Amino acid sequence: MNKILIDLKNISKSFDGQMVLDDLNLYIRENEFLTLLGPSGCGKTTTLRILGGFETPDTGKIIFDGNDITSLSPNKRQLNTVFQKYALFPHMTIAENIAFGLKIKKKSKSYIEDKIKYALKLVNLDGYGKRMPDSLSGGQQQRVAIARAIVNEPKVLLLDEPLGALDLKLRQDMQYELIRLKNELGITFIYVTHDQEEALTMSDTIVVMNQGYIQQIGTPEKIYNEPENAFVADFIGDSNIISSVMLEDRLVEILGIPFPCVDTGFGCNKPVDVVIRPEDVILSASGSGRINGVVTHIIFKGVHYEMEVMAGGFEWLVHSTSMYPVGTKVGVDVAPFNIQIMNKPASEDEEAAGSNE
Amino acid sequence: MNKKKLLGTPYYIWSAMFIIIPLCMVFYYGFTDKKGAFTLENITAIASAEHAKALWLALSLSLVSTLICLLLAYPLAMILTGLKVNQHSFIVLIFILPMWMNFLLRTLAWQTILEKTGVLNSILSFLHLPALNIINTPYAIIVGMVYNFLPFMVLPIYNSLAKIDRNLVHAARDLGADGLQVFLKVTLPLTLPGIISGITMVFIPALTTFVISKLLGGSKVLLIGNVVEEEFTQAGNWHLGSGLSIVLMLFIIVNMVISTIFDKDGEGSVL
Repeated sequence: MNKILIDLKNISKSFDGQMVLDDLNLYIRENEFLTLLGPSGCGKTTTLRILGGFETPDTGKIIFDGNDITSLSPNKRQLNTVFQKYALFPHMTIAENIAFGLKIKKKSKSYIEDKIKYALKLVNLDGYGKRMPDSLSGGQQQRVAIARAIVNEPKVLLLDEPLGALDLKLRQDMQYELIRLKNELGITFIYVTHDQEEALTMSDTIVVMNQGYIQQIGTPEKIYNEPENAFVADFIGDSNIISSVMLEDRLVEILGIPFPCVDTGFGCNKPVDVVIRPEDVILSASGSGRINGVVTHIIFKGVHYEMEVMAGGFEWLVHSTSMYPVGTKVGVDVAPFNIQIMNKPASEDEEAAGSNE
Repeated sequence: MNKKKLLGTPYYIWSAMFIIIPLCMVFYYGFTDKKGAFTLENITAIASAEHAKALWLALSLSLVSTLICLLLAYPLAMILTGLKVNQHSFIVLIFILPMWMNFLLRTLAWQTILEKTGVLNSILSFLHLPALNIINTPYAIIVGMVYNFLPFMVLPIYNSLAKIDRNLVHAARDLGADGLQVFLKVTLPLTLPGIISGITMVFIPALTTFVISKLLGGSKVLLIGNVVEEEFTQAGNWHLGSGLSIVLMLFIIVNMVISTIFDKDGEGSVL
């Protein structure tokens, strides 16, 4: 494991009496691709702005490489930001935009020229130096914004929903581009997005946030396969979340029917939430599953069919490559290791507080 | 002619009657003598000592006033941009309020303030300070110009400042620029169109004014505007008045060409 580069300690921030971040603790390792993921208003952008120095936390400390930088102004921090809407200087050429930070640092002319060349090559924009920003497409402008940030050789690159304004195809291309960049540069990326797919594709670590609290921190696989609460399960991909009872270790009662599972340690007869991903629901001939149901809805999605199956009084969301027409009687089953058990939140507040409690 | 073009008719008539025809008349009078024969005398009359002096004085006073307006307006516009919406509309109101009063009245008010026994000197003598004799001097005219034309400098600068994306300032800070560097490298260049518009909108009326100089300069300080006015109203020499106007127009056109070159986005531009 790499050493810890940034440590956010007990960060709280409110705007006009509205709590945006509540006692947030988070550390970021060197050379990590960390994504802050959550719906709008969850505090992810505020966290990034606090890191960049554009907001000061009400309480708490930011430790960067061993130094407290909480009250350091943005221009003195060893990190650079790629802004959501690129924020390229419209009165400067692409080359001048990229040279901005270096000129301020009074680097030599030849050094700056080399850097511009290197950065333009890195983001695949060779020969664009003399163009003006408004003559470039959104994707190109975003790459210039990235080039402008990385020529300063920051230890950390902060990216605030940088792909938000791009169309789907471009966004996917840029995701691979960012992964490549991160590997070539070997610096830490802190990435803010509300797009779960983006987060799953690029990140080493995902931090799921909601209402100012961290809900879960983990690798993409862990976040997707083992969500710790209903919010994470619901936010990351589609899922069936069913209120159930844990009868005993390795046995859970879903919709009144006992299902074998692999989780232990929840106690006996304890109410829990169960998450089952739509692709993990197995449909078969009626009578051969654990529950019987009827297909009520079907949509062709390309890779698979998306179906809704009414079974045991619950509408199951199912992804399957085989097609069952509406009205077909089917059996529904789930493999034990695909049943993810989560503790029920005791109250609404605790739901938001999630793993922070 | 379609319907939309038909709606423009009143404006065509308006501009023909009050802009194009008067302009043609100015040019006609400017290039003819009293017998109606073509002459350049009215134009070259600007070179006479009296006229050249009035033009020079008008140019220098309006330049100084424009500069003072710029120095006052830029910080004010920056303060306005930084305020929240409800606060700033209040300040804009306070600021615009005097503009609802008649221009002549406002200038007359300054006359009362600056007079030898006026408000300013009463306050000064109350504070046991020496009296200021600025009425009927070029200084009084500058005060009047700055006071009357300041809003025309503030508004275009404010507009261009308000248009700047906050993220650009953040980006510059993020890339290592301190406050002054952000201002010089980002804010100032991006507000240049507003500054140029403001300069145009102050400089042109200041250059051509005759009311301010008449009321605050007495008959002692003659600007080119006063000379033109006198030729029309007192001397009755429309030919000379028109000729001098054409010369004045040249300066205005030069100013407007410069402003159009800088103000490509056309914010508040005159052309």
